Amino acid sequence: MIASMILVPALAGLAAFLIRSDRLRRVMLVAAAAIHAALSLATWYRAPAVVRGAWLGEDAAGRLILTLTSLLFLACAVYAVAYLRDERGKRHSDFEEGFIFSNAREAVFTGCLLLFLAAMTLVALSRHLALVWVAIEATTLASAPLIYFHRHHRSLEATWKYLLICSVGIALALLGVLFLAVSAIRPGGGAVSLDIGDLLAAAPNLSVPWLKAAFVLLMVGYGAKMGLAPFHTWLPDAHSEAPSVASALLSGALLNCAFLGILRAHQVCVAAGLAHFSERLLLGFGLLSMAVAAAFIVGQSDYKRMLAYSSVEHMGILAVGVGLGGLGAFAAMLHVINHSLTKAMLFMVAGNLLAVYRTKATREVSGAVRALPLSGVLWILGLLAIVGSPPFGPFVSEFLIAKAALDSGRAAVAIVYLLLLAIVVTGIAGPALAMAQGRSTASPDAASRQSPIFSAVPAIFAAAILMMGIYLPPVIGRSLHEAARLFGRG
Amino acid sequence: MNAMNQAVDAILVMLALTGFMLLGSSRLTACIRAVGAQGILLGLLAIAAQDGELSATGIAMAITSAAVKGVVLPALLLRAMRQANTIREIEPLISYNLSILLGGLGLALSLWLGGQLQLPTQPASSLFVPAACFTIFVGLLIIVSRRKAITQVIGYLALENGVYAFATAVAVQMPALVELGILLDVFVGVFVMGIAIFHIGREFNHIDADRLASLTDQ
Repeated sequence: MIASMILVPALAGLAAFLIRSDRLRRVMLVAAAAIHAALSLATWYRAPAVVRGAWLGEDAAGRLILTLTSLLFLACAVYAVAYLRDERGKRHSDFEEGFIFSNAREAVFTGCLLLFLAAMTLVALSRHLALVWVAIEATTLASAPLIYFHRHHRSLEATWKYLLICSVGIALALLGVLFLAVSAIRPGGGAVSLDIGDLLAAAPNLSVPWLKAAFVLLMVGYGAKMGLAPFHTWLPDAHSEAPSVASALLSGALLNCAFLGILRAHQVCVAAGLAHFSERLLLGFGLLSMAVAAAFIVGQSDYKRMLAYSSVEHMGILAVGVGLGGLGAFAAMLHVINHSLTKAMLFMVAGNLLAVYRTKATREVSGAVRALPLSGVLWILGLLAIVGSPPFGPFVSEFLIAKAALDSGRAAVAIVYLLLLAIVVTGIAGPALAMAQGRSTASPDAASRQSPIFSAVPAIFAAAILMMGIYLPPVIGRSLHEAARLFGRG
Repeated sequence: MNAMNQAVDAILVMLALTGFMLLGSSRLTACIRAVGAQGILLGLLAIAAQDGELSATGIAMAITSAAVKGVVLPALLLRAMRQANTIREIEPLISYNLSILLGGLGLALSLWLGGQLQLPTQPASSLFVPAACFTIFVGLLIIVSRRKAITQVIGYLALENGVYAFATAVAVQMPALVELGILLDVFVGVFVMGIAIFHIGREFNHIDADRLASLTDQ
């Protein structure tokens, strides 16, 4: 069953390139996404056992990220069908420079979406660290054409940066995987296994200097993909140029997968008794990412770039949470869910605004609540949630991380963390409210033509975020604890 | 020292020399050939380093990787270069002399690193780690110091080759399927980059990556 979760989207993705009928292909996209979601939900009832030495298996962290990815993808697939129907066969004039461009073929976009899902599933389910590497690199390759959907020079530039920075990062991560293998070599010993179970069992005997070097390389390599500063530079460009549905998937699903890659390395470090080393690094990179993001969010004039920098900030929060250990690790896993839901919703709503206002400049949008009543309200709610205001989910996880810092006696970390959060609030809240209020600058015609699906999908997310802030279902809570125990030091 | 070890040493020295060729050459075709030669050398290295215990899968993997990195990828890059109709000169951001000088420094650094990083098992040659580090260094240097998108791909390939050389040094027993996966990723990566270069060439009438600079924060 576990292999079918990879095979279904992979085969559907390949088929998408061959199917000529747009309608059939769209049906298949949603069907494959629904089957995938059903399969991943089924693992909550009957968890597949993790077998030592098997390449595929599902532990608590993998299950969490897989299910989140799968449900997010299903929502994005529904949104994408409406989006593709709108975009079909049109030639577009560019918002910013006015030239005419066309889109990539719909078959390519759909096929890459499904292959992207297959690659992300493989990341979540791999038990072999080299296979994790293969899968993370595959996500880069499958998602690059998604960024280059609008065929013009800016999206091409963004795609190129994405490909190059992530590929170089990932080459360094491969070196990290090899270093990890070296750390496991015993003089006169046999072959080295990169199976996570074997590595955890052998962890106390791993060579410390090689393991430390391996963690640094993996942290830098997968960190580039996850969007941790200072290797985040591809992220704002890719998110601002990609179609909104692709941005939602990149931010909501892909970044988590790269994070899982780092967590696997961290897991080995914790088992080897090097938790203080890897946690300090995670904490440092996390705070740096938050600081860089805060600096660019304040005064940001493009609202899609603002959301992208907010993703950098939240990846920093995840790293800080795991770096604190204990309660922080639990809060970080909770924040993975909260951030993904909120950010995916925000990118979808941003796409709705972009379609009606035809500009990405924050200053040129006003009266969103009037022009698009539902999307406008969702925009305000989403932004309130993402800056961590109650009663939404991100508030709970961000608060728990601050509490973890104070509980473990790291007041300085807590102060810097809260200060950076506060700066981001001031950076996002002002311009965002200005966009929502006032007289509408959009043409009422464009607004009335927008399909209800575009606001219905994010509305479901909004309900989920609200629920996560008020009530955490016990089954999710248990799973989060289980995931946090994998690397949380007791 | 047996004949096999001498062969390994010779291959590693040649690997380092192709690194200098990459840094010093002013012609794009020469650079693509040099990075292809590295691919062939890595295939030979994988066979020579196994020293006696040759397995069928080991040989098959070495041949596949030499074919992909030594023949297919350079052919793809040459094609991308022709299609993008680019000037066949490298146009570095720093002079060739400085490139070579930095390369020399990188080599010294790699030799020093080779002394520092003690492998738990003795590889066939003490030059393994320095040669791998040097190739990685050359790759990174080319990525940051060359103007064209296609030279950045060449740099990426050199970087990958260095990582591969290190893998041969430690003779990690990766399952053949995983190794194939890694090879496939590199292949598709370069393929996708090749397509991107073609589009860059058409869209901008040049493939200078340093003019891809319209996306910034105001």
